Amino acid sequence: MYVAVKGGERAIDAAHGMLDRARRGDPKVPEISLDQISEQLALSVDRVMTEGSVYDRELAALAIKQARGDLVEAIFLLRAYRATLPRLAVTKPIETGGGTVRRRISATFKDVPGGQVLGPTFDYTHRLLDFTLAAEGRAQVHPPDEATVSLDPTPRVADVLNQEGLIEAIPQGDEPDGDVTREPLRFPASRSVRLQNLARGDEGFLLAMGYSTQRGYGRNHPFAGEIRLCDVEVEIVPEELGFPVVIGEMTVTECEMVNQFKGSATVPPQFTRGYGLAFGESERKAMAMALVDRALRAEELDETVSAPAQDQEFVLYHSDSVEASGFVQHLKLPHYVDFQAELNLVRRMRGEAAE
Amino acid sequence: MAQIFATESLAPGFADPVHDSQASFRAALAAFARPGRIERVPVSPGIAAPGSLGRAATAFALALLDLDTPLWLSPSMSGAAGYLRFHCGCPVVAEPRKASFAIAGGDVPALDGFDLGTDEFPDRTTTLIICVESLRTGGAVTLSGPGIQETASLSIEGLPAGFWQQRVELQAMFPRGVDIVFACGDELAALPRSTRIKEA
Amino acid sequence: MAVLAKARGDELEALWSAIPEPPAYRFLRKPETGLAMVRGRIGGTGQAFNMGEMTMTRAAVQMTGEAGEAIAGFAHAAGRNQRHAELAAAFDAMLQDGRWHALVKKGVVAPLAEAQAGAKKRQATDTAKTRVEFFTLVRGE
Repeated sequence: MYVAVKGGERAIDAAHGMLDRARRGDPKVPEISLDQISEQLALSVDRVMTEGSVYDRELAALAIKQARGDLVEAIFLLRAYRATLPRLAVTKPIETGGGTVRRRISATFKDVPGGQVLGPTFDYTHRLLDFTLAAEGRAQVHPPDEATVSLDPTPRVADVLNQEGLIEAIPQGDEPDGDVTREPLRFPASRSVRLQNLARGDEGFLLAMGYSTQRGYGRNHPFAGEIRLCDVEVEIVPEELGFPVVIGEMTVTECEMVNQFKGSATVPPQFTRGYGLAFGESERKAMAMALVDRALRAEELDETVSAPAQDQEFVLYHSDSVEASGFVQHLKLPHYVDFQAELNLVRRMRGEAAE
Repeated sequence: MAQIFATESLAPGFADPVHDSQASFRAALAAFARPGRIERVPVSPGIAAPGSLGRAATAFALALLDLDTPLWLSPSMSGAAGYLRFHCGCPVVAEPRKASFAIAGGDVPALDGFDLGTDEFPDRTTTLIICVESLRTGGAVTLSGPGIQETASLSIEGLPAGFWQQRVELQAMFPRGVDIVFACGDELAALPRSTRIKEA
Repeated sequence: MAVLAKARGDELEALWSAIPEPPAYRFLRKPETGLAMVRGRIGGTGQAFNMGEMTMTRAAVQMTGEAGEAIAGFAHAAGRNQRHAELAAAFDAMLQDGRWHALVKKGVVAPLAEAQAGAKKRQATDTAKTRVEFFTLVRGE
């Protein structure tokens, strides 16, 4: 239990002033602009949009600037702003198969139809600090080559496996089973509700959960069937028009894991799937999400639920950084009465023990 | 694209969306706090009431309906569908039970056909707006319950026969039920499900 | 409408001010900013799920047509630029007016569409260069 405390108004004002100065840093250093954050710290922006659950680069950049680069704080700021906006529409499901591909790789088929396209990846870099970037204005940016090369259409890897019937079919439907921003979580949660929760979930948490499945805590034999970075059109059907209109484009990262499955009493051995989808370029997030999505299907697939990553309540209740950070940080609030009671209790127990 | 609209769906909404919505919401809040008391909805004169909706019912709808509130309209109110879809973005549904809000006239259907909520989530029910002929004449009922000192009286003209009997029957289901707003012209009065009624 | 929605606000502003005597319009619905819940599909092709939201702004305007009839123009555009939505709605209304249709089609929509297609093509070219053929090496006996 917390108690209300009074006072400290002047100290709080002074703390805010100090925060403003700390945010600005040395005034001799030029102030960073939202465009610079959006363009040059693009992956921070992508993460804040994904977990803040609002696709808007400018808002995410502002949140990052205001939070002094603390992404979890920025996600909180974006979520809070989100709560002030009315929902005007629901989009048609985005068609990631129809988007403009910027990266597409498969770890399952070398000669995957449509080809392997590396795109703007950190893979194959040597992870050596590049000091030319430290020298302002000296970093070389290669101009794009103008020669036209066309890309083949890129069919899905799952469809390739499907031709042999070796991969499970996925349930169809144009309506999700729920919306965690409108209804409280209830268990067991449907897969569409779980995916919404994971899409908003903290990347670090999902990464650790996904990793734990690879290390044997709910092992599910994953292969990166397909990873796609693409730009897709976003369409809504306005209530007053009754036909779809394109409102813009968005960049998303998608990962479909293909997992070996030994079969159950009712299902023959086949491959199963785990799915991850995130705003912007968020590959690690999408991959971790796909691993956790598959792990959470343990019960549905008649597997033994023994590991944390397979436990719906454990994963879904602890994935949200806004909730987690809030509850951890609430420990800073005055607990004076609580603690007095504990203090008295410990003193009394000591006294009793001494008697 | 204009051709797909009936002219009335293009009638303007609130002239000052923020303040008019707040004023309308405030009037609705006051009405629900004091069941049976007649409240005037102080909206700017610009709003055009489409079909058979009065201005108070229109303002109530503009203030409270949105994408997340499926709306059901009785046949006598169906002329307002285009207008409300356009300004509120609310889906219009064919079954009263699926509606968060319903607007009806003298053709109010059976009350137990609306969403009465569940014991677990009694808040998720239909709120019913009935456009009536008068809030001052017609059969009087005596109200009692939260928000009423001892008893209050409400006279409504333009309700179907048996309406009050149905409303009395719903009382046994509390906390499930429907909340009702009677609207006429610029005025409205509320009858929340917590109010108990006696026919005079 | 897609081209107008995907254009940048400042592009529309520049094209609007290039029109010598733009028609008068009034708002049927003032520009309003809110969110669209974006849906994805499980496995990319399966059941829909709510992925997260995207900011969007909508507006509706009305103009008087040639024969005195009312013409409505609509815009729904990603982002929070209210002027963008307003101008996109005005252009949408003009496209339905015989007196303006050809001019807007040729002077506004066509150059925007061309610029958008050009950007797409440049990116596709850039991307295609990163296509790779992997070779599998036989592991030693």
